[in-house]
Amino acid sequence: MTDQLRVITRRMVEHPADSHTLARYEATGGYRQARRALDMGRDELVELVKESGLLGRGGAAFPAGLKWSFLAPARPAYLVVNADESEPGTFKDRQLLERDPHQLVEGMIIAAVANEVHHAFVYVRGEYPKPARRLQRAVDEAYTAGYLGEGIFGSDYDLEVTVHLGAGAYICGEETALINSLEGRRGEPRLKPPYFPAAKGLYMMPTIVNNVETVSNLPHILEMGPEAYKALGHEADTGSFLFSVSGHVNRPGNYELPHGLTWRELIYDVAGGIRDGNELKTWIPGGASAPWFVPSDHLDLPITKDATAKAGSMLGSGAVVVMDDTTCVVRAAERIVRFFAHESCGQCTPCREGTTWLEMILRRIESGAGREVDVDLLLEVGGNISVGLAWPPRMTTICPLGPSAVSPIISITKYFKDEVLAHIHGNGCPLRGAQR
Amino acid sequence: MLPRTMSRWSPETRERARRILARYPEKRSAVMPLLYLAAAEDGHLTPEGMEEVARWVGLTPAQVQSVASFYTMYKRERTGRYLVSCCTSISCMLLGADEVLAAVEDEAGVPAGETDDEGVITVEHVECIGACGGAPALQVNYELVEGVTPDTARELIRWLRSASPEAVHTDEMQELFGTRRSFDWAVPERVGAVGPFPAFEPYGTTDGNP
Repeated sequence: MTDQLRVITRRMVEHPADSHTLARYEATGGYRQARRALDMGRDELVELVKESGLLGRGGAAFPAGLKWSFLAPARPAYLVVNADESEPGTFKDRQLLERDPHQLVEGMIIAAVANEVHHAFVYVRGEYPKPARRLQRAVDEAYTAGYLGEGIFGSDYDLEVTVHLGAGAYICGEETALINSLEGRRGEPRLKPPYFPAAKGLYMMPTIVNNVETVSNLPHILEMGPEAYKALGHEADTGSFLFSVSGHVNRPGNYELPHGLTWRELIYDVAGGIRDGNELKTWIPGGASAPWFVPSDHLDLPITKDATAKAGSMLGSGAVVVMDDTTCVVRAAERIVRFFAHESCGQCTPCREGTTWLEMILRRIESGAGREVDVDLLLEVGGNISVGLAWPPRMTTICPLGPSAVSPIISITKYFKDEVLAHIHGNGCPLRGAQR
Repeated sequence: MLPRTMSRWSPETRERARRILARYPEKRSAVMPLLYLAAAEDGHLTPEGMEEVARWVGLTPAQVQSVASFYTMYKRERTGRYLVSCCTSISCMLLGADEVLAAVEDEAGVPAGETDDEGVITVEHVECIGACGGAPALQVNYELVEGVTPDTARELIRWLRSASPEAVHTDEMQELFGTRRSFDWAVPERVGAVGPFPAFEPYGTTDGNP
C-alpha cells in the first residue's frame, strides 16, 4: 500500500548520475511522445488529457484538459509553465526541474501543440538558480537537437521556449500575477473576470498557465494512454501525486504516491514517523494556505481531494508539514501568518491590513502580552478577510492570498484554544523549555 | 533596440542586454532580467542602473523603479559580496532556523537586514526557499545549502571571510557545511554565483564554468 510510484520520478531514481541530460532522456524513451503529439493536433490532445482526468498540480486541482478547452480562438496563444514554487512546505517542482528537465520540456512541446502555441515560457522563481540553469541547459540541448526552434522534429511547427527568472515574490505563483510579472510589471493579481488567462492572458492574448508537475505528467499520459494513467491513481484523483513531507518526521522528502492512503500511512509508514519518539500534534495537509489537521479527527482519513475538502482543508500543492508535541502552535501560526503578511501584494485592503494585524496579535500572544480579547480579535480580523471563516473561503480580495493567512487562525482557535489561552493567562508559552 | 542616449554599460554587457531582449516578444518583458544585469554591473541596483534599464525597454525610470521595488531580490542598497539568506519559514523554523539565523548574525557581527563594515557579508532572513525537506536551509548568493546547524552556519561565515571564494558553488558549500537534503542532488555541478544575484547563464551572472 505504501510503495512509491515511479512515473515522473522514475528516471531520476534509476539513473541518478545523468537523468537531467538529453542522452539519458532519449535512451529511456524520451521525446517520442512529443513527436506523436505533432501528428495528433489540438482536438485529439485536449480530449486525451480530459480523459486522463489530470488535475492541475499547482494547488487548485483544476482539470487540466478542461482548462485547455477554454482557450479562446485569438492567436498568438501562449503557454506559461508556472515554476514559481514558493508555498511554504513545497519543494517538489525543484526536484523535477533539477533532476528531469527534459521531461518538462517534452511536456511543454505537447502542451504547446495542444494549444497551438509557438512561444512558451517557464517562470522559475528567482531563488532557484540551479533548477533554472539545469532547465536552460536542457532547453539549449533541445534547440541544438532540433526539438525546439524552427521546424521542430523536422515538421513545419515552430516553438520557442524562454526561461524567465522571478525575483522573490510568492504572489507571482498566482497565474494572473505571474502574467503581469512576465510582462515586466509589478506582480499584482488581475481581476477575474475579465482577465481569465485563457481569454486575456499574456499580452492580453489567450494563455495557458500550467504547473511544472502537471506538464511533467503529459509525456506519460500519452505514453501509457488515459485509461492506464487513471488506473495509477485513486478514483477522481488520477495518476500519481508528489507529496513534499517536511517538519518533525524521521524521513522528510518528496514522495510520488497514489491518492487514497491514510494520513497515518503517509506520516508513519512513508515518512518514518515522528522524530525522537515524540507524539504527533498536528499537521498541515496541503501547504501553508491549508487549515491544519489533528490526530484525533483526521489520522485515518483517506488522502483524497474530496475527503480532505469535506474535512475542511485541501491537498493544495501536496506539502505536508508535520509538527510534534514540542511545537508551540501560536509560534507556528505566527510564522505562517508572517509569511502571508510579507507576501501580500498590497492591492486589497483586507489582505494588506488584515494579515499585518493578525501577525501583530499573534506576536503579542506569543510574547506573553496577549489579552483575553485577542482571541476574538483574531477571529474578527480573520472574518474581515475571509467572510464567515468559511471553507472554502468566501473572498473579499482579488486572489486567495489573504484568506490563506486565516487558515492557521481557524486551526489554532478550533483545536488548540486552551494552548492559546494558556499563553495569555500564563504570560507566555507554556511549552517554553520543551521546545528545541 | 539601441538606447537613445549613451549607455553606461560595457560593449559586452550591451550585447548581453540585446540577447535578453531577443528572448521576448515584447521588450517590456525584459525589465526583470535587465534589472539583474544592472545589479550585477554595479554590485546592487542603483538609480543609474534603473535609468539604463528604462532606456533599453522604453519605460520611464519611475516605472522601472516601481517594478524593482516590488521584488525582494532587487537590492537597492549596498550589498555585501556574499548575501547570506536564512530561511525562517515554518518548516525551517520547526527544525531550528531561528537558532541558525542568530548564529549567522552573531558570527557576521550584523543583524538581519544589514551589511558588515567591510562590505563582505550581508545577512537577511527570508521566507521559504523550497528546501523544506532539508530544513533548516540557507543560501549564499542564492546558492543553496541544506541541513545546516548553528555551528556549521558559523563555520560557513568564517570560510567566506577567510577563503574569500571568487564564486560560491552550491555543491561545494553543501559538501562543507550541509547535511540532510530535500532529495538526492546527484552529480555535483561546477557553476557558481559571482555576486549577490542569481547565477544564470543568459544573464552572465555565473562564473561561466558549466
